[in-house]
Amino acid sequence: MLTIGLFLAISFLVSLAGLAALIWAVSTDQFSFGQKQARVIFHEGEEGRLDDPTAGSAPTDTERAAIDASTAWPVSLFLGVAVLWLVLGSLFGLVASLKLHLPDWLDGSAVLTFGRIRTLHLTLVIYGWLSLAGIGTATWIVPRIFHTPLRSPRFATWGAIIWNAGLTAGCIAIASGWTDGEEWLEIPWQIDTLLAIGGGLAVVPLLRTAFARSVEHIYVSGWYFLAALCWFPALFIVANIPGIFVGAEQATVNWWFAHNVLGLWLTPLGLGAAYYFIPKIIGKPVYSYSLSLIGFWALALFYSQVGIHHLIGGPVPTWVVTLSIVQSVMMFVPVLAVAINQHVVVARNLWAFKASLPLRFISLGAIMYTLASFEGSLEALRSINTVTHFTQFTIGHAHLGAYGFASFIMFGSIYYMLPRITGRLWPWPGLITAHFWCVVVGFVIYFIALSVGGWLQGVAMLDAGRPFADSVILLKPYLEARSVGGMVMTIGHVLLAINVVSIFVLARPGSRNGALA
Amino acid sequence: MNRSLPLVILAMAILAFATVMLVVAPKVQIGREPAAAGLKPYTTEQLRGRALYSSLGCVYCHSQQPRAPDQAPDAERGWGRASIAADYAYDSPHLMGTMRTGPDLLNVGARLPSASWQLTHLYQPRAVSAWSIMPAYPFLFEVKDRASPGDRVVWLPEDRRIPGKVVVAKPEARDLVAYLLSLDRTYPVPRSAIRDDGYSRGGATQ
Repeated sequence: MLTIGLFLAISFLVSLAGLAALIWAVSTDQFSFGQKQARVIFHEGEEGRLDDPTAGSAPTDTERAAIDASTAWPVSLFLGVAVLWLVLGSLFGLVASLKLHLPDWLDGSAVLTFGRIRTLHLTLVIYGWLSLAGIGTATWIVPRIFHTPLRSPRFATWGAIIWNAGLTAGCIAIASGWTDGEEWLEIPWQIDTLLAIGGGLAVVPLLRTAFARSVEHIYVSGWYFLAALCWFPALFIVANIPGIFVGAEQATVNWWFAHNVLGLWLTPLGLGAAYYFIPKIIGKPVYSYSLSLIGFWALALFYSQVGIHHLIGGPVPTWVVTLSIVQSVMMFVPVLAVAINQHVVVARNLWAFKASLPLRFISLGAIMYTLASFEGSLEALRSINTVTHFTQFTIGHAHLGAYGFASFIMFGSIYYMLPRITGRLWPWPGLITAHFWCVVVGFVIYFIALSVGGWLQGVAMLDAGRPFADSVILLKPYLEARSVGGMVMTIGHVLLAINVVSIFVLARPGSRNGALA
Repeated sequence: MNRSLPLVILAMAILAFATVMLVVAPKVQIGREPAAAGLKPYTTEQLRGRALYSSLGCVYCHSQQPRAPDQAPDAERGWGRASIAADYAYDSPHLMGTMRTGPDLLNVGARLPSASWQLTHLYQPRAVSAWSIMPAYPFLFEVKDRASPGDRVVWLPEDRRIPGKVVVAKPEARDLVAYLLSLDRTYPVPRSAIRDDGYSRGGATQ
């Protein structure tokens, strides 16, 4: 037990040593960068100007046009299918939500039972919508920050095709009852090899472009994207290898993986996009560029070890649970670093928040990242976790992260990128505003309902004087409210899909304000 | 940061470190413990039922990890003593779950040992608990004119009966019930066994 107990101390010391080294490196100028490098995202004359394709402002730049042309086809593919999966995934989510308060609805077949519909929802929105939208966004931004066209774009295209084939097969398998049975890892491992190959192929162009870049400095978005695209295949492969882990060991692998999908995959994809688009749209660099370094490495160190807070009070060693709780609280460090950088530049330029629809999505997403992370750190504390664990509160929290943060940033990114990709303007800007208000209002209803209902559910379950049935009965109105919120969110996603289809098929090139490069 | 290769290597090293802490070290520690003395391996029938439990997604609403009395009144609800790592030695996939939309099931075989009750409850949960929001699983049953020899007829309250017909459990339903009834970890375990003791009022034992 002594050797095992030492791991806790070692981990803490290594984390502290890493942080100390980082502070030393920054303070002695080892990385020698500052606000000058933060401006690598601007071409000449772009700084200080609002850059918003939905408003029609269109700085033309031939070098940039060549870069965007190199990514147009694979990124369109990634974003197009991502939106398709989002709409499908939301419909499954809505059906699952309705079934929780209408349990006798659609009960005639195993395919339609709650447990499968819910799993299809999660699989589609995580591995379909967020992953593909994130890879697409990264593929589009990386050549821009490296000032060079995308290398090997065919790898990205094939990656998208193989990933989608795997996802489709995985969903059919889950619907028909073939599952690996662990949360977030339901797709059978045999089919998972397709996703691993597809993801691996999508990394190649980004790494090659990084090595061939024509600027010295790697902009902060590039750190997040490069790391995330190397982390995810490693995580995914290790977690899916069959036959090594059993029982309680499997539970720790399960949650090491599942939380790293959030922490080392969706979060860096979302933050990388926010770090690019927020300053790019506003036309001003982030507040303190060197701070972003602490944000990145602290995220890598702390976020990678938080997963076992999903097993607090469970049948796994105390030390590993405590380690994850400590690292969850340490997450305040990277979250504050990102918050200072991103929110300050928006707060100083509130006019842009009003002027630009993509920025509205993205900076609201960044704010929800801060909130979700703070909530997550608190939720990992034993005193709070004992109430919220096993309740709908956790589902609310998961959606604050995966939806409020990651999805909002992807919405804004899509609205920024597609006019640049297609050279067209959004035909109906009013529908973008409608989408925005649908997802904001829907999500507020969703989140409040589950947070309040989940907390009351947890309190009821802890009270030995109340029968278990109390916790179910009191929850019903909140579950109904969640369905209302989810329905409004789904309407927003349909509007997004209409917008995406319309920009590809309807708008004439350069229909307003001349050509958009 | 101006170098991509060191960036990627360091990022992967950090992930490897986290993997040692969260995956390898717990596996070594848990793997050294033998299966709990009172724990029996699943039978083939129970394993078929367990696969169905997993494929129908029961795990998304039912945990299988009772908490310690110092943390929550799980034992008072009849869900059993706090579970330990060795209770899961034969579980793959693990089905510990993360939700309690319904009650914990690690000891449901001890708490509700009647196969007849389980069948009725699976066919229509609201036939036994009006407040329940659990899905019904009618597709695991057959509605027949009369039962054949060897059929397991499902008892239903009068308002749920279908005039002139009987409801009979398909083999899948019987497998699932066999699995549910096998869930019984009421045997005693050593106090020092592996589990999260972070809520223990006497202080952590490991």
